Amino acid sequence: MAFTIPPLEDVQPPAWVKPSLGARARSAAPALIVAVASLYVVVVILLPALAVVVQAFAKGLGPFLENLTNPDLLSALRLSLLATGIAVPCNVIFGLAAATAIARRSFPGKALLLSVIDLPFSISPVVVGLMLVLLYSPNHGLFASVVQSTGFQIIFSWPGIVLATIIVTFPFMAREVIPLLEEEGWEQEEAARTLGASSWQVFWKVTLPSVRWAALYGLILTTARALGEFGAVAVVSGNIASQTQTLPLFVEDAYKQYHTELAFGAAMVLGGVAIVSLLLKILVEQLLEGDRRAGRLEAEGDNS
Amino acid sequence: MTAVPSLPLRAGSRRGLRFPGLPSWPWRITWTYLTLILFLPLSGMLLKAAGVGPAGFWEAATSPEAIASYKVSFGVAALASLINGVFGLVVAWALVRCRFPGQRLLDSLIDLPFALPTAVAGLALSYVYSTEGWLGRPLMELFGLRVSFTVVGVGVAMVFISLPFVVRTVEPVLRSLEKEQEEAAWSLGANEPQTFFKVVLPQLMPAILGGVAQGYSRAVGEYGSVVMIASNVPFKDLITPTLIIQKLEEYDFNSATVIGTVMLLFALVSLLVINALQVWGHRYQNG
Repeated sequence: MAFTIPPLEDVQPPAWVKPSLGARARSAAPALIVAVASLYVVVVILLPALAVVVQAFAKGLGPFLENLTNPDLLSALRLSLLATGIAVPCNVIFGLAAATAIARRSFPGKALLLSVIDLPFSISPVVVGLMLVLLYSPNHGLFASVVQSTGFQIIFSWPGIVLATIIVTFPFMAREVIPLLEEEGWEQEEAARTLGASSWQVFWKVTLPSVRWAALYGLILTTARALGEFGAVAVVSGNIASQTQTLPLFVEDAYKQYHTELAFGAAMVLGGVAIVSLLLKILVEQLLEGDRRAGRLEAEGDNS
Repeated sequence: MTAVPSLPLRAGSRRGLRFPGLPSWPWRITWTYLTLILFLPLSGMLLKAAGVGPAGFWEAATSPEAIASYKVSFGVAALASLINGVFGLVVAWALVRCRFPGQRLLDSLIDLPFALPTAVAGLALSYVYSTEGWLGRPLMELFGLRVSFTVVGVGVAMVFISLPFVVRTVEPVLRSLEKEQEEAAWSLGANEPQTFFKVVLPQLMPAILGGVAQGYSRAVGEYGSVVMIASNVPFKDLITPTLIIQKLEEYDFNSATVIGTVMLLFALVSLLVINALQVWGHRYQNG
């Protein structure tokens, strides 16, 4: 017959021992922390988010869908998609180029260059729009004469909107890819080089596959932000209904004109995109974590 | 012993990998893009600001209207990011150290202010906090507190927009803390609050301050959500970005440029502070 010694955690003090005040506080603390955290997030984030859904479908699915066929809303959606469709590919090219150029090199001023790339995150979007107006405004801009002589309007037109979107969203891609490239090191690219691959082949067959999930993550962030950009676009667009109005501008305009249902309908479309991007993000994060873990295991295997 | 013949390195075999003679294509794309997209607009604005002259610059930057808007933007943002500094820590603690139902949902909700377009956030907040809204009505009836179209509304929008920063910077640091340190503190006789304030909090401080600084920087520049919940009346709840837009609408390009330059300088300073905090945090973790 064998004695089994119960684990220490299972030994409870006898019933007549009253827990001290401190012990009782200790057992209540986690519950209190969870309660405060949940309440705070519910009030600050969840209630406003729910309000959009409730208001958009306040009269049921039919009127919601009907709102979505509003011509101004549709043309705003079209312009948003156009701006996103141009801005995102440009920023993907820049992001990948910047990451491959910067990540694995050490040169004086590297930290400074990385901060410069981060600049659009800390500049107010309104200031980004202002900078574009000061350059390209046909009357007051620095390039006013050029703009007037070519007759190609930038401010109060779609090129301005595209430019503003590009500036506000270009750091995402580089920021996601650079840390991963720095972690991985050069060996695989050097091996491909020795085997006779050209730089282009090395990029497509070695570098890009190794950062694919980080790049996809950056792509999702860029797209979500590009579709939702408000401040920078508001300054350069002139906000003319069904001409230079993007979907976020339409939301504000409809709300101001007391077309509340339309505003919430359009907001629901944007919110839906946001939620889809969040779900995709969670998915890609898991894939990325898997890649990181594989990379780490490989590195450990090399060392042993 | 025979000398091992050294393999002659083919000249230029590493070109394009390290120390390229000519800048490689990625390098060229990066600089061209940055020049066109970032440096050109930046220098355009600084040139315009320089053209105003020091006296005019000072006058426009410190006009009573501008000062009042700085007070709202920088003051309310400071308050909002401090509130988030405290509650962000609580939320991060709950996410890392506690297990409870709905944890995953709470975790993904944190990212919503990042993902949600600011116009949608503004619409949602101005509805919820209007005097007929879910939260605005009880606040009005119970406390007589009006949120929308006041400075309080500006604060609410800034709290919403800057919440994720603190949570997301504190979370990884909290996760990497070693439980052994706290156990050591307990076994040496420290009680729970002592352990928290003397062992845990100092290690989290760089991350908390970093998150607060990022949130602050974001809240100061925020436009979309604030403009919808505020009344945008000068000297009352007008934020600096909205003032810039109003100046542009009045064709007062000089004032707009000067105030925009002030905001830009603030952005540069906050970037430096955030970087410094990150360096400090790394040193703390490694040392």
